Amino acid sequence: MTISRDQFIVWIKDFAGVIAENKEYLTSLDSAIGDADHGINMDRGFQAVLSKLPAFANQDIGSIAKNIGMVLISTVGGASGPLYGTLFMQIGKETAGKLELTLNDWIAAIESGVNGVMMRGKANIGDKTMLDTLIPTLNTLKECAAHGASIEEALGAAERTAKQGMLATTPLVAKKGRASYLGERSAGTQDPGATSSYYLMKTAAHALSNSA
Amino acid sequence: MKKLINKPEDVVREELEGIAMAHADLVRVCYEPNYIYRADAPVKGKVGVISGGGSGHEPMHGGFVGLGMLDAACPGAVFTSPTPDQMLEATRAVSGGAGVLHIVKNYTGDVLNFEMAADLARADGIEVEAVVTDDDVAVKDSLYTAGRRGVGVTVLAEKITGAAAEQHRPLKDVAEVCRKVNASGRSMGMALTSCIVPQAGKPTFDLPEDEMEIGIGIHGEPGRTRTKLGTAKEITEMLATPILDDLPFKNGDSALAFVNGMGGTPLIELYVVYNELAKICAGRGVKIVRSLVGSYITSLEMAGCSITLLKVDDELVRLWDAPVKTPALRWGV
Repeated sequence: MTISRDQFIVWIKDFAGVIAENKEYLTSLDSAIGDADHGINMDRGFQAVLSKLPAFANQDIGSIAKNIGMVLISTVGGASGPLYGTLFMQIGKETAGKLELTLNDWIAAIESGVNGVMMRGKANIGDKTMLDTLIPTLNTLKECAAHGASIEEALGAAERTAKQGMLATTPLVAKKGRASYLGERSAGTQDPGATSSYYLMKTAAHALSNSA
Repeated sequence: MKKLINKPEDVVREELEGIAMAHADLVRVCYEPNYIYRADAPVKGKVGVISGGGSGHEPMHGGFVGLGMLDAACPGAVFTSPTPDQMLEATRAVSGGAGVLHIVKNYTGDVLNFEMAADLARADGIEVEAVVTDDDVAVKDSLYTAGRRGVGVTVLAEKITGAAAEQHRPLKDVAEVCRKVNASGRSMGMALTSCIVPQAGKPTFDLPEDEMEIGIGIHGEPGRTRTKLGTAKEITEMLATPILDDLPFKNGDSALAFVNGMGGTPLIELYVVYNELAKICAGRGVKIVRSLVGSYITSLEMAGCSITLLKVDDELVRLWDAPVKTPALRWGV
């Protein structure tokens, strides 16, 4: 059982769709504790990805992911651009030359992406960022693989963990980004970056499952 | 919203076209990705000095491109960080073989985008160093925040660092001068009115007629306190005291005093503030040896001011006095 290139592309398109649907919601979360542009910036970036995707969709998964990362860093701006851009560039580095991914390939790609985001943002779990979704998700994926789970089972478990991680950001006090200037006042709002990262794992669970 | 614009989404592009024509003797403009660069770039054997940030702070940074200051400036959308492709292209354009220094104001977006650009430029074989400015005493600096914001010191750092680069000093030295300026300077600002981001169309925050915001950031971020409007003397005291206490500036220190307008405050008021600042410094035994008064790091049409004090030694004074020829700062040439 593997994840095909076509599924990888469906995942990106699904994620772009969910971002577009939730643009206002993400921006409203960001206006409470940040600078009110997360949904707008992410949507601009992924609309650019959709328009440029046909130009590189027939390359290997690594090249596709790297190209997505480059489009994101040049179109999103703010902090999300470099962070999501790094995530995809690292996924691309890890999957270079591949036309399909095993569960272990997928985990290695996500691990490389998460490590890239941690290094770029100098953040860790508990800082009220996208990493509060991504780090537990990576751990769940690894546990699933250790127990011999299928891709479907692992991605499903990852989606559930991602949701818990996202919800867990609400009571946290932000330690990174513009929200950190609010100190205690940042508690009580769900983190917008953790929310968009949950959408990433949610769409992955649907698009990358049901392998032929 | 009452502004001298055509369409909000065209403001940055049309501003750049205006700059290119108004200052054709000094600078060139590249579009997509957007950056302003010295007409004679790259200068062979000289460290290239680059800065950038959101638009809306003019003349910073584009107005500081030219001899003795910046080699290039990367403007983002209004109050939004530029993207790494801009800094990367600018870095390539001004690389004269001696490396490139990025001067970055401490905002998460700016720092991340510049870091990414530096990584890409290094992969190209260009030696890059970065210095982050973080001089705003209004913001708490701790492990639990993104750290102090980069404000007024950035202007002084760009001038002084540019002068050091003009002497063809090596990259390490030029970066060291920039770090020294950042470490020796402190700032704080205040707002009398809000500002309107063109694409937002409404004021960033509401400030009643009889109130002011002390410790305001250059994007209209809230400051330390909101309080009843005071006199210039009271306001200057509220800004200067935390600055003097923070470094701290000591009896006998020499300083460069910079009174900056936020965009909507006339020069007459800035000189009133300078007069108060000079008295406060004299009272503390801090000797003002150089000064700069005017609107250099602004927040669109916001009324208000910021004060920056930079502790200087002979080296910094010499570099400050060195020739500069840019659209917004010009002396000695």
